[in-house]
Amino acid sequence: MLRLFPPLAVVLLVGPVLAGLAGTLLPAFDYLPVLGHRAAGLQAWTQLLELPGLRTSVWLSLSTGLVTTILSVLLVVLLCAAWHGTRAFAAMEAWLAPLLSVPHVTVALGLAFLISPSGWIMRCLSPWLTGFSQPPDWRIIQDANGLSLMFGLIAKEAPFLLLMTLAALGQADGERGSVVARTFGYRPMIGWLKAVFPRVYPQIRLPVLAVLAYGVSVVDVAMVLAPTTPAPLAVRVVKMANDSDLNLRFIASAGAMLQCALVLGGVLFWWMLERTVRWWGNRWITTGWRGGRESIPRWIASVAGATLGLAVIFGLLAMAVWSVATHWRFPAAIPAGLTSANWKLHASGVTDAVWNTLSLAVCTTAFSLILSVGVLEFEAATGRRTALSKVGLLYVPLVLPQVAFLFGAQVLLALSRLDGEWIALAWLHLVFVFPYVFLALADAYRAWDERYRRTGLCLGASPLRVLLRIKLPMLLRPIAAAGAVGFAVSVGQYLPTLFAGAGRFPTLTTEAVALSAGGDLRSVGIYAMLQMALPLAAFALALAAPAWCFRHRRGMHVIR
Amino acid sequence: MNPAALELQQVTIELGARTLIAGLSLIVEPGQVVTLMGESGVGKSSLLAWMCGTMPEAFRASGRVLHGATDLSLLPPEDRRLGILFQDDLLFPHLSVGQNLAFALPAALRSRAERRTKVEGALDEAGLSGYADRDPATLSGGQRARVAVMRVLLSEPRALLLDEPFSKLDHATRQRFRQFVFDHLREARLPTLLVTHDPEDALAAAGMTLELPSVGSPQVH
Repeated sequence: MLRLFPPLAVVLLVGPVLAGLAGTLLPAFDYLPVLGHRAAGLQAWTQLLELPGLRTSVWLSLSTGLVTTILSVLLVVLLCAAWHGTRAFAAMEAWLAPLLSVPHVTVALGLAFLISPSGWIMRCLSPWLTGFSQPPDWRIIQDANGLSLMFGLIAKEAPFLLLMTLAALGQADGERGSVVARTFGYRPMIGWLKAVFPRVYPQIRLPVLAVLAYGVSVVDVAMVLAPTTPAPLAVRVVKMANDSDLNLRFIASAGAMLQCALVLGGVLFWWMLERTVRWWGNRWITTGWRGGRESIPRWIASVAGATLGLAVIFGLLAMAVWSVATHWRFPAAIPAGLTSANWKLHASGVTDAVWNTLSLAVCTTAFSLILSVGVLEFEAATGRRTALSKVGLLYVPLVLPQVAFLFGAQVLLALSRLDGEWIALAWLHLVFVFPYVFLALADAYRAWDERYRRTGLCLGASPLRVLLRIKLPMLLRPIAAAGAVGFAVSVGQYLPTLFAGAGRFPTLTTEAVALSAGGDLRSVGIYAMLQMALPLAAFALALAAPAWCFRHRRGMHVIR
Repeated sequence: MNPAALELQQVTIELGARTLIAGLSLIVEPGQVVTLMGESGVGKSSLLAWMCGTMPEAFRASGRVLHGATDLSLLPPEDRRLGILFQDDLLFPHLSVGQNLAFALPAALRSRAERRTKVEGALDEAGLSGYADRDPATLSGGQRARVAVMRVLLSEPRALLLDEPFSKLDHATRQRFRQFVFDHLREARLPTLLVTHDPEDALAAAGMTLELPSVGSPQVH
């Protein structure tokens, strides 16, 4: 029975990706028999290359991904070097998981509410400081260089990398490495950089690459924050793929392939950067330089971290206020009054979206948990790692650009008349939910003391009883936490819902993105609030349920 | 369970090219303790794991474990009924003391009242009357160790395997606990295999002692 789980997981995970890639690749070479195209050719590519502003789109995608990744990694390194092991750092750790559960688009929308020319910051500064009584005609969000896009991405990716780094620090015994370096007379930050970081980086490498790939090919955040004339490549591909002019789909296919090439190029660049830094770093480590005054880098780390954190929090707050605002004219810092009328007005549409979002998230998360436990049990029983955890198969859907295989998946689903079916949509969600659930659960699952199992068996309990009565209850805390992660991932999915849902299953995320183009701030605020509230509620439940179940069990409190 | 002897026949355990245990045979009579001594790494714990049927796949083993005429090596772990005690008490942290004990009671005993009585009786015997609803984490090390023993005994094992169960206790507790274990296994007429590297344990067991040699290991220091 257990033997079936690893192959099942691989098929469910890799199947849609490979099939989707094929479904994208063939139309790119003008092969799509359904539309009467059978001649393999390069026509789609020449048309793609003739698109106006393609070069700008490509540059925008690449620069967004690389700048986002470099700055996020730098910020995380600075923060850890400056503050790791302090009490302030521990306090910040507690804020990370809930901050991470907020979907990307929600954070992006919040930033738009905050920093746009008519946003909350400008309102608070006008007219007494700026003299504006009308919002200025500035391009702050959707600026031509994609700066606001990068800002929005870093606000979300830096916390993610920070969490990954913290997990790696625990394994690499970072705290003691730091102490040893300090006993040799190294200043704290330099000591951390020289003695701890080189051991931590290999473990966060795959997450860093996932951040890079995400930044190069992001669509949902880009639809809110990126420039539109022209937009980054991935956004244009999605628009063409969903255009009523079917001929544009061939260009979209070629564009999706180009998107893959961009990610590959980005990864290649990162690889060279890594090698350069390593070569230079290895020489630097052995110079014996122990560092000097560190107050300025410390200050930079704190200010940058605090700015991002506050921007996210106040952005979310701005949306919350808008969702219950009556009249709110421009320079006023607060609305004229508060009302629940906005919520009542949108109640029926909201109920639908909440239901679709919930059913998808709950089902895919539950299934991912069962699948993960099955695979991990198989690994525990045989003592072998499966292909899933060995070769980084889990990272395939996270590193490959979503458009590259979702477009093909849509083509295949349409051919098999499965597009717009709930099960197809749930499957595509699963492709992204399962890796996160598995990764979130695996460490705790593997760290479980096998002797409890032996004790249970020797007491005469069957393996199934040991699993259900001993192992799973003891692991309730990490299982619930992994479930909350999976739930948040599903809630945040935009492209899978767009491509496989055929418009039949609007979720909070697709609705929020669609509404953001319209400029009705109250309705955007409502959807964004719910989009944030659902994952937060899941996280609260994941914390509270085990705590309540084991409130009289002190031995269950230390296990993370 | 009827008292019968525990018997090992020609047990060999190998890890890769290393032979950890070569052709070990022995008989443990009911109520007796046989002590296996040896340095760490000679395969004592692997032997116990193999007897329980929970040995990792990397090891290879041959030979038989018999309880009376029953060949245990053919049974799945949960049907072998070899009670095992480790260094750590391994009380299930999510269950109360009473639930830990009830987990071990055979399911054939159906009546709730009788199960409760058995659990309470076991606690009385361990000097822990009224502890059924306690959280195991609130007990002292010695108390937890006694609960672990009562838990094994309630599962009605055919024999007892002790994997250095005294080594983590402080000196005073250790002596009292050792006496507690030996008294109970004699009373229950359980054949017992004790694995240890502490000569004092072997002395207290007052039975046959076997020294496990570091055989076939190419990298002996």
